[in-house]
Amino acid sequence: MEATTAQPAATKAPAPKKAKITERARAERKLAYLLCAPALIAMLIVTGYPIGYAVYLSLQKYDLRFPDEKEFVGLSNYSDVLTSSIWWDDVLTTTIITLASVAIELVLGMAIALIMHRAIFGRGPVRAAILIPYGIVTVVAAFAWRYAFDPSAGFVQGTFLLGDDAAPLTERAGSLVVIILTEVWKTTPFMALLLLAGLSLVPDELHEAAKVDGASTVQRFFRITIPLMKPAILVALLFRTLDAFRVFDSAFILTGGANRTETVSILGYNVLINRVNLGLGSAVSVLIFIAVILIAAFFVKVLGTSTAQQRGEV
Amino acid sequence: MRRDRSKRFLAAFATAALSVVTGCGFSDTGGGGRGQTLNWYVFNEPGGANEEAIKKCNEESNGRYNIAYRRLPTDANQQRELIVRRLAAEDSTVDLVGMDVIWTAEFAEAGWIEPWEGDRALAATEGKLEGPRKTVEYQDKVWAIPFTTNTQLLFYRKDRVEEPPEDFTWDQMIEQAAADGKAIEVQAAQYEGFTVWINSLIAGAGGQVVDEEGDVNVGPSATKAGEIVSELANSAAAPPGMANNKEDQARIGFESERSNYQLNYTFIYPSAAENVGEDFQKKIGWARYPRTVADMPSRPPLGGINIGVGAFSEHKDLAFEAAQCLAQPANQAVASELGGLPPTTESAYGLAKVEKALPFADLLRESIEEGTPRPVSPAYSDISLAIQKTYHPPENVEPDKVRDKLEDRLKKAAEGKIF
Repeated sequence: MEATTAQPAATKAPAPKKAKITERARAERKLAYLLCAPALIAMLIVTGYPIGYAVYLSLQKYDLRFPDEKEFVGLSNYSDVLTSSIWWDDVLTTTIITLASVAIELVLGMAIALIMHRAIFGRGPVRAAILIPYGIVTVVAAFAWRYAFDPSAGFVQGTFLLGDDAAPLTERAGSLVVIILTEVWKTTPFMALLLLAGLSLVPDELHEAAKVDGASTVQRFFRITIPLMKPAILVALLFRTLDAFRVFDSAFILTGGANRTETVSILGYNVLINRVNLGLGSAVSVLIFIAVILIAAFFVKVLGTSTAQQRGEV
Repeated sequence: MRRDRSKRFLAAFATAALSVVTGCGFSDTGGGGRGQTLNWYVFNEPGGANEEAIKKCNEESNGRYNIAYRRLPTDANQQRELIVRRLAAEDSTVDLVGMDVIWTAEFAEAGWIEPWEGDRALAATEGKLEGPRKTVEYQDKVWAIPFTTNTQLLFYRKDRVEEPPEDFTWDQMIEQAAADGKAIEVQAAQYEGFTVWINSLIAGAGGQVVDEEGDVNVGPSATKAGEIVSELANSAAAPPGMANNKEDQARIGFESERSNYQLNYTFIYPSAAENVGEDFQKKIGWARYPRTVADMPSRPPLGGINIGVGAFSEHKDLAFEAAQCLAQPANQAVASELGGLPPTTESAYGLAKVEKALPFADLLRESIEEGTPRPVSPAYSDISLAIQKTYHPPENVEPDKVRDKLEDRLKKAAEGKIF
């Protein structure tokens, strides 16, 4: 199916010739749809229904504690959220965390991908070691970081990194740095894996040829590796940005949203789970969903990301 | 060999799966006896007091009912999250609810718990201390039976500072601790425990955040509370990481000798002997919660667990009976002995077990009698969140603005808006 998606200009693959659709091809396509149907229906049930229900709830005044006051209120929940300074403050915080963590992850992930790609001996162990943080449950990782920076129990205090009485998790900048570090530590391996897949798409012959022409290592990296990897990089960035924007666990464990480190997801949690205000909380969730769609649309339409290319199917 | 192992693995897997299935379906009988299973959702008391109470009541019921212990997390916010989800979904397996004292109004208003009427109301409140008794009342009805209670004391280092006078104020304490270069341990992370502190400070100046009709009414005492919080946070008496400290960090800080004073629950006393040693425990003195203003007695915080009956339970009569059994004075005494939790029944304080477990029982009783409940409102969790957000982080509190900010947030909360 991916073969029929639009071809971004990044790759110079020849466009497939339009073949006449034969009777057999048509039958096969029909079979394909039939085979896909169960998965599609399952997706509709487990994702389509909840999303639709959330949208429905977001148009109601509906607090679980006051079930009698339930009524249809149209878009007023959305205007409440969008006119409150808390929401925009949280959007800013989330954007800071997203941009900083994804940028650091890209650089680190690229370095690690190059190491994994070039590793001559011990490939297996190297890859396994790098993947360990990604295999650890985020909540557990966040607790590890919290205890590390705890003023009474942590080991970071008193090292060359921090003074004896510094407590980064008690003020905004420090908390943001620790949250970003936790995110980076946890998800760089994922970035590295995606980039490694992209690296393996770069043919060695091009490097050989460039070497013969006298290109330096740096030149070859920026002129050959990066352009050829662009689709893979964009996909990796897309996935990570979407993930990072929804950051919840690490921020929740590290600060619980204190010191103005509340992310949009924590806001949604507070309204939905703590205040059990289903209407307002669903509006927050739907807005997060829309933000995520906008990010994805930006990557796909403006930057021309295509998941098909990344998998080498073009 | 290999086949053997895989067979064993399969068997283990099947057993595990089976126990999961029965666990979810509640077809097990919990304590192992006969009779109708009643599920008691309550926080997992680490000392084992809840288990003892259940065992005793299951025996006393002569096989008519059989209480099953459904453990909730120890953190109050997490407990509420889990139980609210079940109650909002009208879960009929919730027969008995171990409720934090702050949930009464919310659960009653939402119709999640059954009122105690007639003789039952009398049985639930008779002989109870005034503080805990008030926590089960909402709109002239009784909604639960008080089980255990709790309050904070001012613990201090007898070897380093003098015994605090009766009218000891926060200002004096901060001044003295700062002069000694030692900390005062408090709970100032952005969570429920922070609300506990702020609420006691506000009540200690004669104030409130919500009046008796449940309407937002923030008095000038909110400013005084802000002054104390900001003064401590910006003084030499602020413990490291203050804005992130909960009960346990405060305990650990006190045990590490960095502080002269600690505001905390009584569990820190047995803990001092266990973690540091009997010698250290002997250095700990206790006094009543410090005053917010010099001319008014302090209003110590009031916590604890009440037992309510789920509104969707299919065995309410048995559940009422079981709740009364669980909350009987003998079980309260066991909770004091094993969990360090003070009893809610006046007569229980005379029991030898309680006197032995709580050397400060008299002071506790006085504190509980004069303690301040947290705001009684069905929207309590909104109010608590608003208080936390307004006073956090402690070092950035601006006392002259804090009252307006709190009022603004509480109004938004009351209207069901974002704050």
